[in-house]
Amino acid sequence: MRSRLNPYLQVAPLTVVLAGFFVLPIVIVIMVSFFDYQTYQLLIPAFTLQNYIDVFSSSVTYRTYLITLRFCATVWAITLLLGFTLAYFLAFHIRTLRWQLVLFLLCTIPFWTSNVIRMIAWIPLLGRQGVVNTVLHGLGLRDTPLEWLLYSEFAVIVGYVHLYTLCMMVPIFNAMMRIDRAVIEAAVDSGASEWQTLCHVIVPLCKAGMTIGSIFVLAVVMGDFVTIDVLGGGQIASVGKAIMTELSYLQFPPAAANAMVLLMVVVCMIVLLLRIVDVRKEL
Amino acid sequence: MANRIAPPLAPKHLTRRRVLQTTLYSAGLAVGQRLFTGFPAVHAAEPVVLNIAGTGVNQYQQIAAKAKEDLGVTIQYTSLVSDDVVKRAATQPTSFDLLDSEYWMLAKIIPTGNMRGMDVRRITNYERIVPIFTKGTLPDGRAVARQGTAPIKVSYLPEEFAKTFAAEPTQWMTLIPTVYNADTLGIRPDVIGRSIEHWHELLNAEFRGKAAILNIPSIGIMDAAMVAESTGTITYGDKGNMTKEEIDKTIALLIEAKKQGQFRAFWKEFNESVNLMAAGEVVIQSMWSPAVTKVRQMGVPCIYQPLKEGYRAWAAGLGIPRHVTGTKLDVCYEFINWYLSGWVGAFLNRQGYYTAVLETAQAHMTADEWGYWMEGKPAQGDIVSPTGDKIESAGAIRDGGSFWTRMGSVACWNSVMDEDRYMVRKWNEFIAA
Repeated sequence: MRSRLNPYLQVAPLTVVLAGFFVLPIVIVIMVSFFDYQTYQLLIPAFTLQNYIDVFSSSVTYRTYLITLRFCATVWAITLLLGFTLAYFLAFHIRTLRWQLVLFLLCTIPFWTSNVIRMIAWIPLLGRQGVVNTVLHGLGLRDTPLEWLLYSEFAVIVGYVHLYTLCMMVPIFNAMMRIDRAVIEAAVDSGASEWQTLCHVIVPLCKAGMTIGSIFVLAVVMGDFVTIDVLGGGQIASVGKAIMTELSYLQFPPAAANAMVLLMVVVCMIVLLLRIVDVRKEL
Repeated sequence: MANRIAPPLAPKHLTRRRVLQTTLYSAGLAVGQRLFTGFPAVHAAEPVVLNIAGTGVNQYQQIAAKAKEDLGVTIQYTSLVSDDVVKRAATQPTSFDLLDSEYWMLAKIIPTGNMRGMDVRRITNYERIVPIFTKGTLPDGRAVARQGTAPIKVSYLPEEFAKTFAAEPTQWMTLIPTVYNADTLGIRPDVIGRSIEHWHELLNAEFRGKAAILNIPSIGIMDAAMVAESTGTITYGDKGNMTKEEIDKTIALLIEAKKQGQFRAFWKEFNESVNLMAAGEVVIQSMWSPAVTKVRQMGVPCIYQPLKEGYRAWAAGLGIPRHVTGTKLDVCYEFINWYLSGWVGAFLNRQGYYTAVLETAQAHMTADEWGYWMEGKPAQGDIVSPTGDKIESAGAIRDGGSFWTRMGSVACWNSVMDEDRYMVRKWNEFIAA
């Protein structure tokens, strides 16, 4: 008897937490997304598809998703390249565990301050009279300041890369550290160059790490509404920002519908990733 | 001050008496019981905490400390961005004891039935409140602009717990005004180097990439409307309550300007506008008066430029939510009466805001301060902020001149439109463009 109950008891705490803090809120959001609303009455229980029709019939939605997806692709590519290179250097070029740990901790130092501060720090650097422009001017390289440094897509990408490269690096580093060194020795002994070892041994063995890192980065960038506002100067749209604006105006049902669509898009992206790489098998 | 255990006896005594008076006034029966059991007055015996929710504009620790000293009341502020004030009042009214709301928010808050009308007979200085709020006129009888949510449109309720507004002044007031002001464009005179007289300068190609507008849709679109009207491209029935067609045209104008790279940024929060201006990112933008003061304190020249088409005005006030009753309600009235009694008025006037009762505030200011802030006269000596920072030297004149010149040139008030839903959608389109 006890042995049959045991597994259920073991999953019970997690089930309760997930049901209360994940399933229930999502169910409520789904319900609200079908509600009607008026300016003076926030939630009118109903079953209307109007909120979804509004989302899908508006050209703004597609344009916003296009912008957000473009950011996603760019940031994903850069953070993957950077994260992989950094992790590779740490895992294979630093010989002692102590120095690996020291350098790894160095990478995390910026994360001791808050997200927002790390974003805002870019403003005096990239501004019209900021450090970069002052230096360029001082060196006589430019007469007029570079305008596109701040409040632009460039600034937003810089911010994202700065914020989220570590999210990509950590799982890849973890995956690399778990690679049996004997495998690499075998590759080298068989005459493989470093490049060949990298392509045929290390990258395939790091796929799980790269996938997990990608999930972090994609999920965060898809839902972001702060970085894009601070570094984009409020001029660039994102799906998260559109939802925020609706929430600010107490338009809960359309915000819920928008949030559900965003959730579905992100879920699809993650499912797709997991189809390509079976993380559980790789781990 | 704030952590003193027992306030001095004299003010406490006064307070008790005043509370008893007001209580007597409101409900005889209840007072009878309270006098019998509650000796001495209840709120002096136990610490009273008032939680005030609102935008941060007039939430100063100095005011809280003074309230503690004068009334023995502990003030706790909940600082929210304006959108969240509406959200909080509509969905969690029991989370605060006093609401510091802007007048335009009332159109969304009052229909929820979460607020109560305040009995004007319990407001000591009611008769002396600036007639903008009680009659919709200036003291010389001229009518104040009614475009947008002019305070007079939403100042009164037909009865204590009504969900609609009264057309005429009644006994029940929605908000007792605290601060208000007339907003215009802020400019960098040193960079621009010529005079700016019209709202349409915001979209002048001369300032391409150096202009900013605020990204609070309901206010941003009004600034845009001031611009559009000034260029003569659009005429509005009521800028504060546009038709769909007017919204379309206004947004189209904004999108065109955005595509041409007119705007450097859109700001949402007071300090963002300060940084944009002080860092030289922007030379002309929508701004709020204290932001201009702050830029100047940083040593950067900045003018709050009066414009021919007039100002976009806003006003805020204190309201009492429905759930507050009994002693707490008395304390709320007492706090509001104290608010209008002069010290706070003088404090806020020195920030560049305007306050509800002019006479009492004047009594707490020097003649020079009053002349500079309210009468548009040149300063005789240094003008100092309440925190002790020097703002202006002798000879300086306030931008826009006297109180009556500025408030007399108001063209429209911050508002909520009937087509709110549509407007927000279009605004998102503008941001995405």
